[in-house]
Amino acid sequence: MKVKETAIPGNHNLMPDDRTGKSALSRVDGRLKVTGKAKYSAEYNVKDLVYGVMVGSSVTKGTIKSIDTKKAENAPGVLSVLTYLNAPKIPGYQADNPSPKGPLKIFYNNQVYFNGQPIALVVADTFERALFASTLVTATYDTEAHQTNLLTNLDKGVSTRREDKDFVKGQANAWQSAPVKVDAEYIIPTEVHNPMELHAIIARWDAGDKVSVYTKTQGVKSSQRSIAQAFKLPPDNVQVTAPFVGGAFGSALRTWPHEIAAVLASKVVGKPVKLVLSRADMFTSVGYRPFTWQKVSLGAGADGKLTGITHEATGQSSVYEDFTEGVVNISQLMYACPNINTRYRLVSLNVNTPTPMRGPGEATGAFALESAMDELSYALNIDPIELRMRNYAETDPSNNKPYSSKFLAEAYKIGAEKIGWTERSQKPGTILQNGWHIGYGMAAGMFGAHRSSSTVTAKMQADGTLVLQTAVTDIGPGTGTAMASVATGVMDIPADKIKIVLGDSSLPPSPTQGGSQIAATVGSAVHDACTELKEKFKSMAGNTDPADYIKILKQQGLDHLEVTTTSKSGPEQGKYSMYSWSVHFMRVLVHPATGVVKIDKAISVADAGQILSPKTARSQMIGGTIMGIGMALMEEAVIDHRYGRLVNNNFADYHVPVQADIPQVEAYFVNKADNILNPIGAKGMGEIATIGVAAAVANAVYNATGKRVRELPITPDKLL
Amino acid sequence: MKPFQYTKAVTQQSAIEAIAKPGVKIIAGGTNLVDLMKRGVTAPDKLVDINNLPLKSISLDKAGQLHIGALALNSTVSESPLVLEQQPLLAMALKAGASPQLRNMATVGGNMMQRTRCAYFYDTTMPCNKRQPGSGCGALEGYNRMHAIFGTSNKCIAVHPSDMCVALAALGAEVTVSSRKGSRVIPFTDFHRLPGDHPEKDNTLADGELITGVVISNNKFAKNSYYLKIRDRQSYAFALVSVAAALEINNGTIKEARLAMGGVAHKPWRLYDAEKALAGKPANEESFNQAAQIAMQGAKGYQFNSFKLKLAPAAITEALKHAAGIA
Repeated sequence: MKVKETAIPGNHNLMPDDRTGKSALSRVDGRLKVTGKAKYSAEYNVKDLVYGVMVGSSVTKGTIKSIDTKKAENAPGVLSVLTYLNAPKIPGYQADNPSPKGPLKIFYNNQVYFNGQPIALVVADTFERALFASTLVTATYDTEAHQTNLLTNLDKGVSTRREDKDFVKGQANAWQSAPVKVDAEYIIPTEVHNPMELHAIIARWDAGDKVSVYTKTQGVKSSQRSIAQAFKLPPDNVQVTAPFVGGAFGSALRTWPHEIAAVLASKVVGKPVKLVLSRADMFTSVGYRPFTWQKVSLGAGADGKLTGITHEATGQSSVYEDFTEGVVNISQLMYACPNINTRYRLVSLNVNTPTPMRGPGEATGAFALESAMDELSYALNIDPIELRMRNYAETDPSNNKPYSSKFLAEAYKIGAEKIGWTERSQKPGTILQNGWHIGYGMAAGMFGAHRSSSTVTAKMQADGTLVLQTAVTDIGPGTGTAMASVATGVMDIPADKIKIVLGDSSLPPSPTQGGSQIAATVGSAVHDACTELKEKFKSMAGNTDPADYIKILKQQGLDHLEVTTTSKSGPEQGKYSMYSWSVHFMRVLVHPATGVVKIDKAISVADAGQILSPKTARSQMIGGTIMGIGMALMEEAVIDHRYGRLVNNNFADYHVPVQADIPQVEAYFVNKADNILNPIGAKGMGEIATIGVAAAVANAVYNATGKRVRELPITPDKLL
Repeated sequence: MKPFQYTKAVTQQSAIEAIAKPGVKIIAGGTNLVDLMKRGVTAPDKLVDINNLPLKSISLDKAGQLHIGALALNSTVSESPLVLEQQPLLAMALKAGASPQLRNMATVGGNMMQRTRCAYFYDTTMPCNKRQPGSGCGALEGYNRMHAIFGTSNKCIAVHPSDMCVALAALGAEVTVSSRKGSRVIPFTDFHRLPGDHPEKDNTLADGELITGVVISNNKFAKNSYYLKIRDRQSYAFALVSVAAALEINNGTIKEARLAMGGVAHKPWRLYDAEKALAGKPANEESFNQAAQIAMQGAKGYQFNSFKLKLAPAAITEALKHAAGIA
């Protein structure tokens, strides 16, 4: 049966891949994923596999007084129960020289720092037996008073790193003397990444000093380094395989204690061990976007020109490790303003360590700054887009450097047209249709356009297949598809002649997939490797068409020709400020009596440079918008502070959007190359897809109702 | 999960014999029971699977009474032409509940027997009088955003999570049950109970009794009924509050009204006083607002759920407007 493709709104449809002139590639691994042939880390059939299940602390702070593992050890099929009492010392933990703060050391001592902290790992011959035995492990504790509530501990905020020192440009707190002011506090609750695929690892020792793991990771090389360091092995003795990753959003940026525990357990029992986190474990084992308090103060003249921006934020981390993020950075960079000052503080609480979550820092900061800008637009009675244009930064306000590229104004125009901005009323709460208030809102986002170093091997085989190899992972954005797309353009061969090999630590190095840098970094390396390969063919071609690779290889008697190229950024990095930009527009319906909010239409527009793969870029943008809608309307991990324990650590009670919550979401791209950042003109877009969305929703809700919600999520009770 | 025995009952009699012993639980769709067993909230010695019993039919008798077997699936009932024609309120409530996957497994009897979704009930490290009598109520001074505003006790403020039961309470259904002692009929509004001093008891089903079905008597509400569910997301979320509203309207005047709420009490909460107040009144917003105010008498909010004191009357008015066709 042939399925007719229907037109989907967004310029990606009409946008053939304009580097190749051909129609846009479909996801190269799409068929594997939808037919179940793509293997994820828990799905490998490893001989003699046994299963691990973790036991978490039921108290929040204190010391373990006793652990009774006897019943569990005697349960059917149990091979071992590891606790701090019997677990072999992990060499990399450096017991004799413990640093005061650092990653959680699993089974290290009797200290409990947070509720749910792993205190035991049960290993058995089946998953079910391990799970049952895990319920038989009991512990007693000497408990101490704990602190898990950021809002009652704001006064304990400290500056932890040099990077987080107070920023002042011009005069501090200049907003105070401005004729028009906004001064407001904003709160976002803890949000958990919760990718669909649970974190999972299979660890197998191949020799006394060699280990192989299949694990959910955003960086096979960084996992290799971390495991090698923990077990004091040469990195090459650690093989990490992760060709497919079912979403991560930052939760797999680092090697977590449960991964170290699985590798350790495999050594202890002498068999490969599989450890899959439960959904509840996902809330306490692999990081989260931290609960954050913010205060933004803006001052402006009657003409709408900003005269002062002050942005303060306090985030949270664990007591054993500092995690900071650039919450206030966006206020240093977003708008042209002579006076800007920011301050970031961190409070240590009895919680697990947060970790970057899509748009780390900026997504949090943008909620506050872009909500405040919206508040200012009403205070001034100036259209929110117009207000942003009056304060449009043509050069980086923090250092006066030129931008490598910035097409945010174009993005505003596209978005305003597509949402129907002219239908908006500047006066809130004035449009009522079929018993629902209608409101329009917009907010912008930005994130550093990074490029680091990547090494790619491009190998043309005798049959004309081009193999591209690098140790990057593809956590879902379509990295492989973008790589194929770049290569087809350079080599002028169809995508079905390209084989992408990635997610394997033995391949040439590439960075961890995170921070919106992979398309620009690996894409450039693919470009450079293919260009070099093409040149090689040209130099060998003689009278043959240099693009007839099969013929040239035959003439030369070669069964393949390959190049390995490292490609990285250069001196342009110091001369320019490099950012990706986005704007999100929302039309929302709010029920006046019940406070129910429905997103009616969402438009996201990105300036992400040259789009390499229109179809996967569209999917990534839409996914990011939906994630932002979740942040705006429903996501919130709730702790009962009396116990320091989560009360909604499951998918029934921790809400992420479902199909019924998601309206027509359209993604558009300015699609203009950044010719300074890299040879392919691409900028990252993973983060900007989410950054700004929550503010756009909050701003639309205000426009609909006249009610300003400054504490996410915007649930019906906050609009009554 | 504690190891347990599992048997399949082939006749109603054998099921009744099996459940006459202590420590035995019935399993039908298992959409709630399996979770409870996995979490260690309940640990039966033996499960009796009743899915093979002939209790799946939906039929209308000569008196216009709708009979629904205890094992009819939530999805089947919600799509049954008979239900849609005779008792559309029930279909609406069912469709507002759970997700399609769950509705395809969950049965009518099982839906009635589902337990509260209170987080303190599910987390065995927390106090909960319903799970462990005498251990205290975690929700009373805890995170009680989803909790009750009517009929609470200082032992328990949990709510019953069902949507279906709210409609059945409003419609004045009856529950048929069987045991070794024979059969009996329980008015739906008496089936679930308030927590009082015994929150461990959700309902009035006696030990050894098997739910065989529900019966809804003939009524004239089909034209003017509505189920409104207010929740944090548009599907697969429990109600902040829900309202089942059924009206019989003659020439713009309400002849009879039925109202029940979900998400506000330990049982589906019938609003008898509001129903009485609506009888004889014009079917307009003013009458509905008055009824909503009456309905809220005796309501009591807690730290995180006081918003329900505002949301509930708004939802009642809104549901009545929809039922009357004036929304």
